[in-house]
Amino acid sequence: MSEPLLQARGLVKHYGHVEALRGADFDVHAGEIVALIGDNGAGKSTLVKVLSGTERADAGEILLDGHAVHIGSPFEAQRLGIETVYQDLALAPDLDGAANLYLGREIVRSGLLGRLGFLDDTAMRNGARQAFSELGVDLQNAQSVVANLSGGQRQSVAVARSVAWASRLVFLDEPTAALGVLQTGRVLDVIRRIRDRGIAAVLISHNMPQVLAVADRIEVLRLGKRVATYPAAGTTVDQLVAAMTGSLEQVAPVA
Amino acid sequence: MNEDATFPTTVPNDPQRGSWMRRSVASNTTWIFLVLLGLVALFSILRPNNFPTEFNIRAIATNASALLVIAVGETFVIITGGIDLSVGYVLLFSGVCAGQAMNAFGDPTDKGWEVIGLGLVVALLAGLAWGIVNGLLVARARVPPLIVTLGTLGMSWGLAQIISGGQDIRYIPSLMATVLGAGRIVGVPWMVIIAAGVAIAGTITLNLTRFGRYTKGVGSNSEASRRAGINVTRHLIRVYALGGLLAGFGGFLSLAYFTTTTISGHANDNLNAIAAVVIGGTSLAGGVGTVVGTTIGVFIPSVLASGFVIIGMQAFWQNVAVGAVLIIAVFLDQMRRGARGQR
Repeated sequence: MSEPLLQARGLVKHYGHVEALRGADFDVHAGEIVALIGDNGAGKSTLVKVLSGTERADAGEILLDGHAVHIGSPFEAQRLGIETVYQDLALAPDLDGAANLYLGREIVRSGLLGRLGFLDDTAMRNGARQAFSELGVDLQNAQSVVANLSGGQRQSVAVARSVAWASRLVFLDEPTAALGVLQTGRVLDVIRRIRDRGIAAVLISHNMPQVLAVADRIEVLRLGKRVATYPAAGTTVDQLVAAMTGSLEQVAPVA
Repeated sequence: MNEDATFPTTVPNDPQRGSWMRRSVASNTTWIFLVLLGLVALFSILRPNNFPTEFNIRAIATNASALLVIAVGETFVIITGGIDLSVGYVLLFSGVCAGQAMNAFGDPTDKGWEVIGLGLVVALLAGLAWGIVNGLLVARARVPPLIVTLGTLGMSWGLAQIISGGQDIRYIPSLMATVLGAGRIVGVPWMVIIAAGVAIAGTITLNLTRFGRYTKGVGSNSEASRRAGINVTRHLIRVYALGGLLAGFGGFLSLAYFTTTTISGHANDNLNAIAAVVIGGTSLAGGVGTVVGTTIGVFIPSVLASGFVIIGMQAFWQNVAVGAVLIIAVFLDQMRRGARGQR
């Protein structure tokens, strides 16, 4: 098997006396959808936070293309081509979809006005419209502030923003938790489209049938450690649940 | 969550929906503009010969000028979700420093623009320094802005009195008083032109530049802004610095207008500036606000002050009215936010 795009080795993270990660490992390859599952408190969100730069691990290392990297902030992760869709969406509710898509990466006008920081809102709206339509997201009123959008539309904006900027890897923390059946299908389609572009996607989810339907591979966390990894094909919900709850340790060999 | 049943939902922004209350509070700027018109109409009807005169309108506008300048800075601060209680006394402190600087070469009455320019620079630097102190304490030391600026309010007030020995500086270059303070061009006072220029620059900055976009982003969701790669700490320091800089400029304008530092005359500046911003539709919760709204908001205290004097009421009623309007404005803003949050 080729070298993983991103690897984590022996990550440790403490919050006070709580050990959220206790030597967690993780692998994801380019063009692969990996589902990260585990019971509440298994350390899924913490692992994603460490890998996406919002939290720093107390010990362990992260390798990108086999080289050790230091991801000290979301900004550094972004520069490495790693984007994250956070569980709490991390959108600015008082800005519109286009402004959110370009937040922190605004397009400025050319020439002197640009150097003074004048924004090119037309270019950003056009870019946003293109990014949304590429993902099959129909945002009928792109000038509406995010606070006035429905839950599904907000989710679409958050996913579209990450996908638009990611060149290597996208983390999605419970991207369908707040969605109905139809939008969930849309978001899963988007995740497949990300993979088809050769970008890796890491999906955190509690929904086992969904995980088996969309992922290529599943990594199971328990008590802050990776306890199992399965190919999606041929794996059953029962196996996943058994690994999550600890009634079985590594029932299948690492793929 | 039922609204999500079909994915490409239309934006649920139908103006026909919701109660009369919800629709009317939805557009705070329009609402407050109508209140302003109502006040003007009321005073005009009560005193048709005294209130709606060219002289009085000019006086109201000139009185409001320095307040508008500090309220523009306050608008940016409040949009970040913060507050700056210190502006009134930073204004005073800056005016005192500028006055001292202009008096450093003897009687300044006959001095020219170079001394006035020195006064301006000193005022701006003094204001900027307080703004940077506020910004560093809020953004870097993470002390709540209410406490930081309450502290710098006291400090700037005290230091202004120490520097001036508690005595008003009564001599400024007469050119400054006659041209800047009292001069006009085609009937419009220079004070009003300058304040309008600051307001226009403020509205352009807020709506068309990256600085304005970051201000709204940070106020709307500072964690999201941080994750999006915005240097939130640096931006907050800049916003408070801008607030201080404009308070310094307000101090210079106030000195030109009153021709004295009026040490005892700035007790209401904080109330009036914050009230103007909040009345104008800027949310204390952050993320939302306009300089246009603030400009309308600034005229509420000014019109009330003038109107109360003209109809023979004690001018102190202005403070009572502004305080009440401030609370009502915040109440309506919370109702609007609450209605939105239930989506």
